[in-house]
Amino acid sequence: MSETKNISGKPNEGKAAAKATESKVFKNDPWYDSYAARAGNMRASEIRALFATASRPDVVSLAGGMPYLEYLPFKELSELIAKMLVDKGDVAWQYGSAQGNPHLREDVLQIMALEGIKDVQPDDVVISNGSQNAIDLVTRIMCDPGDVVIAEAPNYVGALGVFSSFQVDVVNAQTDKDGLIPESFEETIKAQLKAGKKVKFLYTVPNFHNPAGVTMSVERRPRIIEIARKYHVLIVEDNPYGLLGFNGQTYPALRSMDAENVVYLSSFSKIIAPGMRIAWIVAPPGIRKKLILANEASILCPPNMSQMTITTYLDNFDWKHQISQYRGMYKERCDTMDAALHEYLPYCSWNKPKGGFYIWLKIPEGLNSKEMLPRAITAKVAYVAGTGFFLDGSGTHHMRLSFCYPTPDKITLGIKRLAGVMNNELKTAELFGTASADADERQADRTADTDKKD
Amino acid sequence: MAKHIKATKHTATIKDHAPIDRAATKVLVICGGMSHERDVSISSGHRVGGYLEEAGWNVATHDMDSELLPYLSDPETRPDIVWPLLHGANGEDGSIRDILEMEGLPYIGSRAKASRTAWSKPIAKNVVRKLGGLSTPVSVALPESTFRELGAKKVVDLLVSSLKLPLFVKPTQGGSAMGCTRVDKASELPQAMVNSFAYGDVALVEKAVTGTEISVSVLEIDGEPLVLPPLEVATPDGDYDYEARVTPGPTDFYVPARLPEAVLEAAQEAALTAHNTLSLRDISRADFIVDSAGVPQFLESNVAPGMTATSQLPQTAIAAGYGLADLYSRLVESVLRQHRADQ
Repeated sequence: MSETKNISGKPNEGKAAAKATESKVFKNDPWYDSYAARAGNMRASEIRALFATASRPDVVSLAGGMPYLEYLPFKELSELIAKMLVDKGDVAWQYGSAQGNPHLREDVLQIMALEGIKDVQPDDVVISNGSQNAIDLVTRIMCDPGDVVIAEAPNYVGALGVFSSFQVDVVNAQTDKDGLIPESFEETIKAQLKAGKKVKFLYTVPNFHNPAGVTMSVERRPRIIEIARKYHVLIVEDNPYGLLGFNGQTYPALRSMDAENVVYLSSFSKIIAPGMRIAWIVAPPGIRKKLILANEASILCPPNMSQMTITTYLDNFDWKHQISQYRGMYKERCDTMDAALHEYLPYCSWNKPKGGFYIWLKIPEGLNSKEMLPRAITAKVAYVAGTGFFLDGSGTHHMRLSFCYPTPDKITLGIKRLAGVMNNELKTAELFGTASADADERQADRTADTDKKD
Repeated sequence: MAKHIKATKHTATIKDHAPIDRAATKVLVICGGMSHERDVSISSGHRVGGYLEEAGWNVATHDMDSELLPYLSDPETRPDIVWPLLHGANGEDGSIRDILEMEGLPYIGSRAKASRTAWSKPIAKNVVRKLGGLSTPVSVALPESTFRELGAKKVVDLLVSSLKLPLFVKPTQGGSAMGCTRVDKASELPQAMVNSFAYGDVALVEKAVTGTEISVSVLEIDGEPLVLPPLEVATPDGDYDYEARVTPGPTDFYVPARLPEAVLEAAQEAALTAHNTLSLRDISRADFIVDSAGVPQFLESNVAPGMTATSQLPQTAIAAGYGLADLYSRLVESVLRQHRADQ
């Protein structure tokens, strides 16, 4: 058999070479055959791999949903946190309640009241490690493998990851510019029941949806609740963006209309900051008890330090004014992105959102947002390909653009770079006949755009 | 027992075996960069840096960014030797090596000019075929402008009728299988061309060879080649694409490859021939498909092969009984001695 070839003549190498005379197998992952079946659904993608490049400062990232935190009063806050540690450090650094800090559970009531939820007591609230942990807990207590969760298409990518890991079948109901379509929701339930499946809950992001950017209309909300009640399907309402309507508008939470059939999730990640990893759940009594047990089994308790940092902030600062500042900032950034898309990518289509962080961009047939991403990053702009928001490989003709983190100047630069990439890709696709039929129209758009810039 | 083969290119006789003070020797590992393989490069860099630290060297790592040149020229930080572990463009096209040569710094790996030759797959294929007598799949390299000027459909039809299916389409430059597509039906070729042109202006359309995918790593220590046993890449579906490369999964490596001894020997000879005819230096990894007749068909040579925990070169070295900290240290020492001899 083959040996190491060398002319060094060192005896140890001769010995080393002798060891290689029988084929050894090196498994890429020696534990591959040992994983639970649910781990098979956890997959890395080139999208994730490329984030190492996307995180470089010279890349304009329109990818991450990171809130812009520079307006927070960190200096003043640090002094108060220092005092809190001196006064209550033995509590902040100690284990806590699995249900969460009582002070914080009381504080969140005033936040929920802004969206019409006024019948909640602190005891109805469970604190979690961010909404991701909340989705995990709800799925953990509600779903067996093969159970069905109905969700809006496109889906929030973080929830998809949880559902996949619990081997849940995610079935999409249709949405339009007014959010989830009630008729589609009902048809989906009926079809699943007819197929003998157990439909455990509807997962919905009703306000400023991630990634679609749409909001469920006020008219549709009672109808969705009525359908859910009719078929005894729980509603899991995930509402991290509800207070980020650009004009200060809010929408009545589904939970404000139904206390018995809705599990409500909200978070400090978008309205204050995500680094604390603190969110909360409001659930009917039976579900709440299970959630506390699940929280205990999963993490023992949410971190006291994070919870007390949040209460310190809420108690000492005008957080409503700060959220109002966020709204103004995000509105300006959304307007900038919308204008840049009109200028540089007029052949794409999108709905301009009224709040939140995202624009869901439809790109021409013949382009593939997943395939195009490495080239975009080479051109120093990053986005999230639409395929990340579906489990079945669809979404290639969409991408999610975030306007929350980059400054307006960077947003314009990013869209300009993206247009350069897309224009090049389209030229090649049209050359080989893999682009869609409306190529002539786009060609005219690009020519006009070039003329304008010249 | 190890077999001895002679290097076919000239290497300076190195007599300076004076001990090197590892703790006093600053080794800079450059990794990261802007290529699609940035994360792999960072992982390679940290891995190699870790082994060198373990062996007692004074190691630092740096990204390929605007801070690099000031770092190299600052007397406080200027390294004694550099190990460029950048993958993809900048790392393998010779540019970082040109910079290091202008800086007058010794570095591990092939010279800039040789790197540029190896970086271009069609040029490298031509060199190893003509000068080294190696077999390589029949191919053509066509720029996008050719399709535009002659008509895409006509050129696509000509490719199919001339080269015959199945084909492999890939960018002439780049790694990690990005932009590579296997074409089994003529109707798939236009999309494959689009995928490739998205990564570069010139596409290599190559006759697909069915066989065993292997790689052979070559190191040079003190001017003498060390050719490691061929490594076989075995994937369940036979497709070692980007997903298979970056996702822990069912891909297995066999060292040596499960091939007859004569074929393994031929593959090692071929890898050394590629290393020498391309004028590569210090470290390289050649990729082949061994066809049904047992002939290694040269695909490409890599001047900055992956060095992560699951990469092929380190896995092969471990299988052959080498300790990586020792092996990498000997490579660093070898280049330092060569540098002293050149001076």
